[in-house]
This record gives sequence, structure tokens and C-alpha cells, in this order.
Amino acid sequence: MHILREVAAEFARPAMLYSIGKDSSVMLRLAEKAFYPERIPFPILHVDTTFKFPEMIEFRDTYCSQFGLDLIVHTNTEAIESGANPFRLGTSQCCALLKTQALLNALSEHKIDAAIGGARRDEEKSRAKERVFSLRDSLGQWDPKSQRPELWNLYNSRIKATQSIRVFPLSNWTELDVWEYIERENIPVVQLYFAQEREMLIRGKLLIPFEHDMNLLPGEIPQKVMCRMRSLGCTYCTGAIRSTADTVPKIIEELRAFRRSERENRIIDHDQDGSMEMKKRGGYF
Amino acid sequence: MLRFITAGSVDDGKSTLIGRLLYEANGVYEDQFESLRQVAAQRRSSVDLSLLTDGLKAEREQAITIDVAYRYFCSTTRKFIIADTPGHEQYTRNMVTGASTADLAIILVDARKGVLEQTCRHAYIARLLGIRRIVLAVNKMDAVGFDESVFRRACQMFNDFAALIKDVEHYFVPISAREGDNVVHKSARMPWYEGPALLQLLEDLPLEEGRNLQDFRFPVQRVLRPNQDFRGYAGQISSGVIRLEEEVVALPSGRRTTVHQIRLHDKKLEEAFAPQSVLLTLTDHIDLGRGDMLANPESVPSMSNALIADVIWMSERPLRLNLRYLVKHTAQTLYCNVITIFHRVDIHTLEEIQCGTLALNEIGRVEIRTHKPLFFDAYVHNRVTGSFILIDPDTNDTVAAGMITSSKPHNATTLMAANHQNGEDRQPTIAVDVDGVLADYDGWKGIDVLGEPRADVVQVLRVLRTEGWKIVIHTTQSDEHITGYLIRHQIPYDEINKNSSYRNPGSKPVATVYWDDRAVCYSGDALRDLEAIRQFRTWSGRR
Repeated sequence: MHILREVAAEFARPAMLYSIGKDSSVMLRLAEKAFYPERIPFPILHVDTTFKFPEMIEFRDTYCSQFGLDLIVHTNTEAIESGANPFRLGTSQCCALLKTQALLNALSEHKIDAAIGGARRDEEKSRAKERVFSLRDSLGQWDPKSQRPELWNLYNSRIKATQSIRVFPLSNWTELDVWEYIERENIPVVQLYFAQEREMLIRGKLLIPFEHDMNLLPGEIPQKVMCRMRSLGCTYCTGAIRSTADTVPKIIEELRAFRRSERENRIIDHDQDGSMEMKKRGGYF
Repeated sequence: MLRFITAGSVDDGKSTLIGRLLYEANGVYEDQFESLRQVAAQRRSSVDLSLLTDGLKAEREQAITIDVAYRYFCSTTRKFIIADTPGHEQYTRNMVTGASTADLAIILVDARKGVLEQTCRHAYIARLLGIRRIVLAVNKMDAVGFDESVFRRACQMFNDFAALIKDVEHYFVPISAREGDNVVHKSARMPWYEGPALLQLLEDLPLEEGRNLQDFRFPVQRVLRPNQDFRGYAGQISSGVIRLEEEVVALPSGRRTTVHQIRLHDKKLEEAFAPQSVLLTLTDHIDLGRGDMLANPESVPSMSNALIADVIWMSERPLRLNLRYLVKHTAQTLYCNVITIFHRVDIHTLEEIQCGTLALNEIGRVEIRTHKPLFFDAYVHNRVTGSFILIDPDTNDTVAAGMITSSKPHNATTLMAANHQNGEDRQPTIAVDVDGVLADYDGWKGIDVLGEPRADVVQVLRVLRTEGWKIVIHTTQSDEHITGYLIRHQIPYDEINKNSSYRNPGSKPVATVYWDDRAVCYSGDALRDLEAIRQFRTWSGRR
């Protein structure tokens, strides 16, 4: 709440990035709390790749209208029209166009000088060194070697006209903290997080949801698997985990026993060594 | 929850220790460990736990830790946040960053080398940043045959040094991070050591948390006014406790009032304490804004525009006296000057040395002057209201971290006099036009008719105000009418149509910048300006 209030006070045009995932839901609740009884004083931005789960879009629209949020949806329509998709381009190129480029376009179109995101340091190695206020150049790029020192809870919000700041209020939260907060505050999240039988493709260790006209490999048949999503993204890049946890308390119990990391099933994090750091240097959230 | 830093040099096995703690306390997932096993297989070596923490590519390539990395794990009884900080002297600033939010420091030494100069440097920096508990972990005991005398010698050397640093509790643990001895489980190979394993020690230490529960301090971050009848002050309690109907003093005005409501979202609370973020409403209407403070009237903070502080310089560009910097302290950002450097501290010998500047990674004591008073406590009593950062307004970099030691008795008149000697020093002022800049304008509609305020302009004024700018409203409207308009729309301002900081004979308010929709900025070429004047259209006219 302290971080969100600092952002609202010190930037001319902040916006909150909304991915529809559990971390976004937690951030929205924190923003409601930080400014209540006023409305959240900045818009909510969703970068829609058009390859999301239909349940996610439905959840987004219901939630945002119920709470009267100022929602901006941005899609890189140019890339979509010229046929960008993960099957044809590969995940690395697809992410660059539909996520990174779309985000940069949206930030510049809406002249956003501070973009608040739900990334956490415990998610991935390179994120462990990201600041809460992370400076980006005019192309949205992150330079890990020239980060500003960040002391106490004093955040430096000064930027030049071409620069922007990415703000990560949940930096010090872990996946378990997020679920415990969801339980305590009774925060609604997308049904995909809860276990049920779903139509999946089993590829090696990965469970991939059968959506968006995916091409089947020779001899491959979708199978019903009891599973849930541990993190949400585009359907092709979101691997599921086998699980029977169909309530928040059961998820918390499952996590306490877990020995595997949350992003293990995210195809995009593993396309090459150090791949998240490289994406972030290029402007990825 | 316990937040701690780990300090030690590259070869002391710091990353390995953290890797070990994470791995054994289940902070490492199987798939992450599997990727380490694969690397080890490629290199035909044993699993290197330090790779878990050295996240950035450059670090893995050079096998060093160049930036602070934060790690999270929990044991059965406690949550932990580790700030993994680099040990080398050139990274002092990173260690300072990690230490600023930590309650405890683990300092590693290599058993083969014993306590080195850098060990003492790490202990000094930890204490300077307010850490009162230091654990000396004597690592690589396996390399010295688990010899008790090696361990005792290291403890003795550290004790001799630590006598120079006041108010620190220290603990000593002999470990082998690589092999796991005394990290999570007690080692059978060092039966002479009677204390707990490192993790056990971290779990059992009482949580002091450096929390000050006496002196209530509440820096106002934002005023929330959803409607005319409600005015709430949003902020995070820096220290102390506040209860309903308790008396508070508002700074800088000094007015006293009582707390009417304590709100957290839709809940109304009876009391709140540091470090909660809450919303307070007051019984009386007091003009309070961002950067102002509510405090316990029985123990008010110091209020001064001259303060003495220890600073750690963090920029490649050395400190320059009489150059303008920005100081960010609680929710205030003000212009300031560093006017004196008393000394710098040699971090090897702790000697105080006369000097004319501070370079990267140097620590020194300075006097700082601000344009408006700050409300603060000494850092040793309050880590929130006693700390600040300095920002270089040219580069926007954070150039220093500061810890206030005391204020300097100082009266406002001498400050004003000093300011008048040096025009550079004055508070920057912006004169803002109303019709066409602050308010929408599409032609004259009569006396006292004003358009809606432009939200982006109002927001920019708020931002400038937090940076210490004075705002003068510059308008052809009547003062009474414009005052009502400004208050109604919560537009920040200091004066209307005059700048009383200056006693200029004419009626034009003195300002650093005039923000107007009908201005032509002198280009250095009057003939070119003539064209601009002849073709002049306001922004709304061009639209």
C-alpha cells in the first residue's frame, strides 16, 4: 500500500498492468485498500495476446465492471493480422511481438510513466535482483548493471522524459504469501487455478491445454487429466500441473509440500539459458 | 519474519552458504536443483549450490556476486528474507543497500584466512546501518580439519575489533557450507562446539525488529477526499502506536488535534501500529498535505533545515559542496545543499580523516541544508524518520544514503539571509497561468467563469510540490474567486499573483519558470520571435 501510494503521488500517469493472474488479483485488492474510499486513481492495463484462456477474459470483464475499474485492453493487432502465433513463430518471437512489443506500444500510446506489475523476486533468478522501482530506457529496456541503489523504503521516482519506471509492489512476496493473502482476504481468482478434469496434451513432462486450434503431433490425442494451472499466461505456454487441489486451502496445503518451482511449466522461461534476463533486457515485464 | 544480510568476500563461500540454507530448508525446488545437477555433470564436478543465487549472466560468467539478490525461505517457525550482498570493497554500496532493511547480519570468514580487514569493514557497515546483531560464521571448517583452535582464534580476533563498535550482540558458529556442517543440522564432526546450528540460531533469536513503539510518527503520503465531507490522511506509520481519540500534533503547523477514525479499507480500527499502512481522519480541519507529519505531542521529532548526517556516497561522480541535490526523506523531496564535510571514515581503521569530497563507496559525516524544514529523529532511534537518500537532479541517480545523527541549531532568518546571497540556492518557483493551462479554456465567458481543471496539469503541480517547488498562481481572475476554485479542486499552490520570498518593486511575481499558454519563449533571435508573435496561436487555438 505504501508503494502504491508513492506511485500515485509521484508520477504523472501511472497505470497498473493486469495479467488476470493471482498476483494481479492481489495487487488490485491492495490498490483498492490503499485508496479507499477513493477509487483507484490510475487505469488498469491488460496486454491481450488473444491467445489467453476464454475463462480469463470473462473473469477480467466481470471483475473490472463489478469494481468500476478503468480498464484499457491493448493488443498488437498489426502482428496478429500478419499471422503472429506461437505455433508458427516459436515462443520466443511470439512473446517479443505480442507481449513485449504490445506492452511498449501501449505504454507509449497512453504516455504511461510508471507501470505497476505483479512480478515477484522469488519467481525467477534474474528477478531476484530487480528493484521495486525499476528504471527503463526509452525502449523499455532494463540494464541490470546500472540499477539505482534502493534503500529503506525510499523510492527514487525521478525520470527523464523518455524513461519510465516499472514498479513491483509484490517484490518481497512469495507464491505462498500470495495464496495465504487470497485466502485471508477472500479474493476472487480465475477458476483455472483450481483442479478439475481438463482436456490436455501430454508432451514429455509438460501438460499443455488443448485450446486455440493447436496442431497435434502425429499420433497425439488429447486426454482428460485432473490438473490445475499454477501460473497463467497464453494457453500454449501455460503448462498445468497434476493436482487435486480444488479450493484455496488445498492449494496452500499443496504448496507447503511442494518441491517444484512455479515457473517450471512456463515454456517461455526455458527457451534458452538466462532467457528471462534476456527478455527483460529487451523490455519484457 | 527475520530479514538478514550475508556479507563476506567471493571466496568465503557466501553463495554456497545461502544455497545450502535454501536447499536444506526447502527453499530450493527440485527442478532448480536438477538444473544444477546438469551443470555439474557437464563440468564433471560436484553440485555447486552457489549457482542458485548468482542470478545474472555476468555474475555467472565471472563467478562473482555484483548486486544485491533477495531470497526467501521459511522454516517451520519463521519466514526469512535474505539480502545476498557482494563482499568486495567496490560493492560497499550494494552491501549498504541490503543492510538498510535488515535486522541481522551474517558475516562469513574463511577459516583458513581468519578475520581480515574486510570482516571488520562489513561489521562496521552493518552497525552503521542500524543492525545490532552480527553472526560471525567461520566457514570452510572442513579445510582446517574441524580444528577448534582455528575457530577460537577467529572469534578472539573479531571480539578485539568488535569492542570498537558499540551496542552489538555477536554470535559465533563454525560451519562448512559446502558439506553442510552446522548450517541446518548440528555437526557430529565438531563436538567441541556447544552452540546451535546456524538456522537454529536464526530461528530462536527474539525478534527485536528495530521497532520503535514509543514515538508515534505518521508521514502523510496522500490526502484522500472522495467527497466534500471526507478528508483522510493516507500513510504508513513509521513508528509507535496510535489509538482512537489520542492527541496528535501536525507538523509543520504545530497545531494539535485528536484522531477521529483509523481506517484500513472498509474496516474501522481501534488502534494501529508501525509498520501498518492506514488512513487517519482528524477531529479538526487542519491543512495537511503530502510530506507533512502527524506525531505524538509528548515526543515530537526534531524540526530543522540544517542536519548532520553520516552519508555513504554511491555515485561515480564525487560529492560536490554547494551543488544542488534533492533529499528524499519520508514523503518529502526537497532541494538541498551539502555545506560541510566534517570528515570521512577510513573503513579499514575507522579513523576519521579530513577531506574535501566523498568518492564512490566512501562514508563521511556532513551537514545538509534544506529549503524547508524536515521532521526527523536520529537514525539510532528511528530507522524510518532518520534516513534519507540524495538524488542528483541532473542525472536523477540516487547518489547517497544518509543517516541523521542530529540537527544543527539553526534559525530560519540566517537561512533566508544565506539564500539571498546566492540566487541559485532559492526555492525553485513556477508561476502557473490559469485560463488555458490549469483550467480548460475556450474563449472568454465572463468574469469569474472558469473551465474544469486539467487533471494532468494538477498532477504535475503535485509532483513539483513534492520536489520542493513553490507554486504561484498567475492569473487575471480575482484573488477571492480563484482561491475558492483552487481549494474546491484540491489544487496545490503557495501564493496567488505574488511571490513574497522576493521584495521586488514591480507587480510581476518572481519565478524560475512561467507556465503559460500565451507565452513566446525568447529564442535568441528577436526577428524570428517577431514571426512567432505575428503567427501566435494558443495550444487550444491550434487544436
